Amino acid sequence: MRWRTVLMFVAPAFALYSVFIVYPLVSAMADSFWTWEGTARTGFAGLGNFRSLFTEFPLNHQLRAAFWHTVLFFVGTMIVQNTFGLLIAVLLHEGRFGKRFLQAAYALPYLIGALVVGYLWNLLLNPAFGPVNQTMSNVGLGSLTRDWLGDPGTALPMVILINAWHYIGFPILLFGAALAGQPPEFTDASRVDGANAWQRFRMITFPLLLPAIGLVSILTFISCFNAFEIVYALSGSQGNQPTGPGGATDLLGLIFYRVAFQQGGENAIGQSSAIAVLMFVLIFGVAVLANWYFRRREALLT
Amino acid sequence: MTAVSVQPDALVDARPAPPRRRARRRITGGGVAAGVVLWGYGIVAIAPLIVMVFDSFRSNTDVLSHPLAFPTSPTVHNYSVAWSQASFATYVQNSALVTITAVLLDVCVSLPAAYAIGRFGFRGRGVLTAYFLSGLMLPIRLGILPMFYLLGDFHMIDSRLGLILVYAASGVPFSVFILSAFFRTLPGEIEEAARIDGAGDFRIFASVMVPLVRPAIATVVVFRFVPLWTDFFFPLVLLRTTNKYTLPVGLTQFVGEFQQNWAALFAGLVIATVPLVVLFVIATKQIVAGLTAGMSR
Repeated sequence: MRWRTVLMFVAPAFALYSVFIVYPLVSAMADSFWTWEGTARTGFAGLGNFRSLFTEFPLNHQLRAAFWHTVLFFVGTMIVQNTFGLLIAVLLHEGRFGKRFLQAAYALPYLIGALVVGYLWNLLLNPAFGPVNQTMSNVGLGSLTRDWLGDPGTALPMVILINAWHYIGFPILLFGAALAGQPPEFTDASRVDGANAWQRFRMITFPLLLPAIGLVSILTFISCFNAFEIVYALSGSQGNQPTGPGGATDLLGLIFYRVAFQQGGENAIGQSSAIAVLMFVLIFGVAVLANWYFRRREALLT
Repeated sequence: MTAVSVQPDALVDARPAPPRRRARRRITGGGVAAGVVLWGYGIVAIAPLIVMVFDSFRSNTDVLSHPLAFPTSPTVHNYSVAWSQASFATYVQNSALVTITAVLLDVCVSLPAAYAIGRFGFRGRGVLTAYFLSGLMLPIRLGILPMFYLLGDFHMIDSRLGLILVYAASGVPFSVFILSAFFRTLPGEIEEAARIDGAGDFRIFASVMVPLVRPAIATVVVFRFVPLWTDFFFPLVLLRTTNKYTLPVGLTQFVGEFQQNWAALFAGLVIATVPLVVLFVIATKQIVAGLTAGMSR
């Protein structure tokens, strides 16, 4: 194949992708090693920006809290998706009345943007006028009503549940497709061998679902560590609007935005770039490792 | 390197499996429990959306006093408030312009690149493929600051064109991934036949190969449309003036200004959502196929 032909086919995509995606990411890495005053580079910082993330109050506390919130956010979402989502998919697979309708119903929230989901639930969970608290009062659960998103104790669990509600249609579809692809002979044979329903699930169905579970987990990880819109809409970009849980729902994506564009001082570029590098290493590293791990598990199984 | 692996056949062949003959089922305790779980969660999944739609057709006083009610005397007043008073008309136009142009640009540059990667043999192809596909897992938002200054150098801050370029570029890895997987499955005889007929590389690509991957193009269009339509992060940073805002940024401004007018807020949320639901209804087949494409291998 002549080089010129290859070049002409590949060049436009290569240029667009390199200039607007790869160059900024590489550039952010370089920026993290310099000190900045506004937009002027003032000197080589070495690892100084990274050190400041762990030593400079209050940023170090905010970052540490945000990291653990994000971990909880990811673990919580994943547990709901891989247990409840799996349960729904398995029950649905038995082929019941209204299967198509239910599938569509589960998938519907998935279509809505995270920002709209955030604003919608912000209204639904509003302590004064929201239908959730009103309904609870009407059925005699008035004592349990609270400012779900404003109370630091319930804010993060609520964000997790809302996020799971938003995305669960995807794992249900994926698990459903994986179940449909399983040859019925496997379970039939084990039934003949006298395996009960749980044993059949544990020994046959579950291992065959592992690729789907792996894929869901990796994609959930990437989306949770990039999440920004959902907490922006639910809690305001400062984590304290309109009534605010006082930072209880700060996620890494939100802190990065805030340091880069809102609260960052003189050295906003240096510090936010350092945050970006750490998040990059974490997200990309874990995604690659997890991908490798699940592929190996699959290879061992087959 | 890739998080999902695609069997292109799965994308094309999204037809539902032929219905199995339904065995007459006895009503058991387990069956009832399963039904309760499935339908119970079905209600949880769509009830918030139904509330959103119903309340958008009711008056604000009604909504605030009784948020859960059927719109007995439906009104479109809230929609006219959102549409003209809160300039949703402008936001929808901007979102449509930015999203459609970006997806088109993305497809136009990705098609030839995917064709070269999928069908040409050349040195460095593996590296080039990995370079494009690594973008599937890159957290591209983390490059926002350099991106901002880069667009500043091009005088494209607060410009819809700047946003379009970023969006189109962000779609390249996914588009190249899906399209090249498709090109790879096409039989080589087609190209040979066209070449014997005297067609050159570009002619073969444009008039023979591209029409053959139309289903893949549809998948790419649907899958790139949704995240761009709903994206909030990039326009929040890159756009400055209200008349250039896309829907999500406009929505944020609207929520701030109309805090007390819940009925109008619900109408705004519906406006932001309806295009996606329409797309879903038109392209269910493509969406389900695309979502589950990673499964079969």
